[in-house]
Amino acid sequence: MHTFEFTRPSDLTSAATAAASANTAQQGAEIRFIAGGTTLIDLMKLNVEQPHTLIDLNRLPLGAVETLPDGGLKIGAMVRNSDLAHHSSVLNDYPVLSQALLSGASAQLRNKATTSGNLLQRTRCMYFRDTTMPCNKREPGSGCGAINGVNRMMAILGTSEHCIATNPSDMNVALTALEATIHIQNGQAVRSVPINEFYVLPGERPQRETVLEPGDLITHVTLPPPVAGNKSLYLKLRDRASYEFALASAAVIIKIENNRLSYARVALGGVGTKPWRSKEAEQVLAGATSSENTFRAAAEAALQGARAQSQNGFKIELAKRCLTHALKLATQTA
Amino acid sequence: MPTAQNGTTENKVLPVIGRPIPRVDGPLKVSGTAAYTSDHNFPGMLYAVPVPSTIAKGTIATLDTSAAEKMPGVRAVFHRENIGRFFRVPPNADFSIVIDEHRPPLEDDIIRYYGQYVAVAIAESLEQAQAAADAVRVTYHEETPDVRTKLVAQDEPKVDSQRGDPVAAFNSAVVKIDQTYVTPAETHNPIELHATVAVWDGTAFTLYESTQAVKNQQLAMSAMLGVPPENVRVISRFLGSGFGGKLWPWTHCLLAAAASRNLNRPVKLVVSRKMMFQAVGHRPLTQQRVRLGATTNGELVSTQHDSLNHSSILDDYDEGCSEATPHLYQCPNLRATNGVVHLNVGTPTSMRGPGAVPGLFALESAMDELAVKLKIDPVELRLRNDTQIDESLNLPFTSRHLKECLTVGAEKFGWHQRTPAVGSMGKDGLILGWGMAAATWIANRLDCEATIDLKADGSVRVACGTQDIGTGTYTMLAQIVGEALGIDPDKIEVVLGDSALPTGPLSGGSMVTASLVPAVLEAAKNAIQKVQFAATTASPFSGQSTDNLVFSNGRIHRKDQAPANGVPYEQVLQTANINSVSGTGRSQGDFTDLLGLTKPKLSSHSFGAQFVEVTWQPEIARLRVSRVVTAIDAGRIINPRTGRNQIEGAVVMGVGMALFEHTIYDDQNRGAPINSNLADYVVSTNADAPEIDVIFLDYPDTHLNALGARGIGEIGLAGVAPAIASAVYHATGVRVRELPIRIEDLIA
Repeated sequence: MHTFEFTRPSDLTSAATAAASANTAQQGAEIRFIAGGTTLIDLMKLNVEQPHTLIDLNRLPLGAVETLPDGGLKIGAMVRNSDLAHHSSVLNDYPVLSQALLSGASAQLRNKATTSGNLLQRTRCMYFRDTTMPCNKREPGSGCGAINGVNRMMAILGTSEHCIATNPSDMNVALTALEATIHIQNGQAVRSVPINEFYVLPGERPQRETVLEPGDLITHVTLPPPVAGNKSLYLKLRDRASYEFALASAAVIIKIENNRLSYARVALGGVGTKPWRSKEAEQVLAGATSSENTFRAAAEAALQGARAQSQNGFKIELAKRCLTHALKLATQTA
Repeated sequence: MPTAQNGTTENKVLPVIGRPIPRVDGPLKVSGTAAYTSDHNFPGMLYAVPVPSTIAKGTIATLDTSAAEKMPGVRAVFHRENIGRFFRVPPNADFSIVIDEHRPPLEDDIIRYYGQYVAVAIAESLEQAQAAADAVRVTYHEETPDVRTKLVAQDEPKVDSQRGDPVAAFNSAVVKIDQTYVTPAETHNPIELHATVAVWDGTAFTLYESTQAVKNQQLAMSAMLGVPPENVRVISRFLGSGFGGKLWPWTHCLLAAAASRNLNRPVKLVVSRKMMFQAVGHRPLTQQRVRLGATTNGELVSTQHDSLNHSSILDDYDEGCSEATPHLYQCPNLRATNGVVHLNVGTPTSMRGPGAVPGLFALESAMDELAVKLKIDPVELRLRNDTQIDESLNLPFTSRHLKECLTVGAEKFGWHQRTPAVGSMGKDGLILGWGMAAATWIANRLDCEATIDLKADGSVRVACGTQDIGTGTYTMLAQIVGEALGIDPDKIEVVLGDSALPTGPLSGGSMVTASLVPAVLEAAKNAIQKVQFAATTASPFSGQSTDNLVFSNGRIHRKDQAPANGVPYEQVLQTANINSVSGTGRSQGDFTDLLGLTKPKLSSHSFGAQFVEVTWQPEIARLRVSRVVTAIDAGRIINPRTGRNQIEGAVVMGVGMALFEHTIYDDQNRGAPINSNLADYVVSTNADAPEIDVIFLDYPDTHLNALGARGIGEIGLAGVAPAIASAVYHATGVRVRELPIRIEDLIA
């Protein structure tokens, strides 16, 4: 029986220090922080993760949502997804984040899952989660079961010949469009990383998913102040009507002045190996007339670098339709 | 409706049959006190976790249990060489003992499907057993498995039905359809996992099993364990659904029983969700070529339905896709065949509506294609081919109201507003697609025995060795007994799910209700007779002839008395100093007709019509089933509440069959059923459930039994998938002939 130690540090510094001796903070870490546990416990049951120590964050003071002096928002690492989705500041100023959160998982899971846990949500790739299958992310050098195998759900952006697994989170897509910043404490030291630099592409080392190092503890996430007059929206496409990971999703934040897009931020989900910020789409949109043609051109630009696997070519067109429609709906929102 | 119980009673008709009472086991279930199989725990109980093979074809080279055996809490790791002997179920053609996977576990070192058990670890806790199972080291001589999805006949297909000259008639037909339809492997995913809790007392087994057939489980397990049937008792009080997957024993049942015997301790084995996709059956992949020939008026002149389904290497599981084809429509020339293709997959088994459900996807899709080609309304096309004679048997139907299902369903749905052009209908910015299909399912009975005890304390107990698989059998049986005795159903204790009870039917094929009725009515009659005899021995009826005594509304009274002036039966028993009387009823089934062992005298089937609306949003490729009207001709409905629940559940399952469900065998990764979890094997959620309108025609089929009741577990699923596929065609112009219908099919 695989046993592990369960510790409950009394403060942030001791929590971060307790994890510092791990060899890695990435796949296979021997010391893991546990927040909601909705990913980690699953993976431990599947033997995909076998940490010898769990550091419980649930009693640390990381559960607050606060408005910052500059008008931005500070979201504690342990804020539950359901609480965040229904927080009045989020509903009023960042509806795209609320919509993304509520489109993910189930009510029960959202009640448990946390902000930092969701940031570090692992891929749902079937080969990653099955220890009898090859997977370069789980076991570097063992191969990728999905590339020649069943890859309908897999990524079309940011893939490598070693890994095509998607980042499954909805929340991360919204945070990417919102240009969130992730705040990290390591021992006494603190640093902050823009979300778009937080995730790394699989490349030749798919076991590495983020910039986190041993002892790094995510304490909170900040959002910049909302752009006055913006409209934001999250659209998620999937096979069934609820409780399924995205085939394609889009988070958009736009501002229209005189029928022109004076501000546009675009991120895609379900299609990338990381939450996919599309500066290509944003460039098309910037200053352009608000029209379906513009939206479609942005979608074409966003998917220009897409690379299909044997079964997921349809996701390229689906993602284009998703982004086009999300932009169209955003212009129609009050 | 039962009339007199015998020549001397005049049973008052109470509205018990047809009363929508809530299920009697509901409070137990919502309070968590209904004990399902895995809820049974015993002192000293051990936990078993099987070790599944990680290849689909090959042989075991080495199996090393040494590390596992040394782990904490581990009591044994059993494998082929140390588990002891299992026997095969003797071959039989009469359905007397049924099993789909004939090879007992660990019989040889050959691996024929992914997940085949090669060992089982037994430990004091589940976690210890799991860790030990993970620590068993197995190496294989691996071969390339065959898990193809394009089937090629391996043998000459079996002819299921034939009449006239279908080839000549097809060749000369004015209008022809010739298409091939595919339904994928589907995995039963009841919430309750398969489980066995085995208790060996040194002589006999008590097996708590998640089974839809306690009696068959007893006989099969006794045969395979090599002990007499009287030394095996099987208990299944509640089932967290089965959908056919729990009809017959699977290999894990034997692993648990043998472990209990070997270690002299109770053993619990619960199959994991992943293993549910491997070694406990599934609906097989089917590939069906349908050729229809018709006149310009749409009259069928030739029907050819040639099906293949996959099976495992060792078993000839025949899905029987042409089950419905020979009798659904008139057609003078018809041929239906089926062939089995052996692949490196686990053994398939019955899934809700086996044969007919995938078969109707093909036949009814082809009918829709014919309607489009002929520019005839699809409802009208079915009406033109309706028949009152089962032409495959040349026999009349006992009760066939397909025509009324079609017309009543169409009216309720608003079908006359349909415009046939593709994409021509819309609502709220969505494109609407309207489609329909006809449906049919068998209506048969199995042998049944039941006992009713009337007790001096006023209680009534009815017992039968059948089981309630979540469908409402407890409730329905209380109603039948209540009807027969004129007693309120809530006063009746129903005891099911134990092989020690009188032999009852397996819960499959929609046969339980129809099978129970005659046995239970006879048991009631016999119990009543005993009360009448008892009455003649004591005041106030002493000396009366039983011919002069009547039992109604739970009372004994003289023929010339009103029931209200009679004596409650419990008082009769008390006065006579009798604690309890018992009546037994037995009835013989007609399922042997279906097996071809006996010659049917009538053709008995249920019928239905499914009307479906889908919404289609091409700008985001979003397809949803928004509305279903289902008109069902399934005899007299005993309880419209549990009945509607059955049909609604079937419709939701049909949405999953049409749009989501698909077990994928990964030919690039050792033949594993790769999407073996509930995130990657997509089933309908509540949000996918459409608005459902269930119409029961409620015509009693009194040839089947005195109440005219049929089972309704399967008819609700029949026809749903082809109706959805035709609605999708109507909305999108894309004819999808391979399920499930996926986004990529529609935006290609």
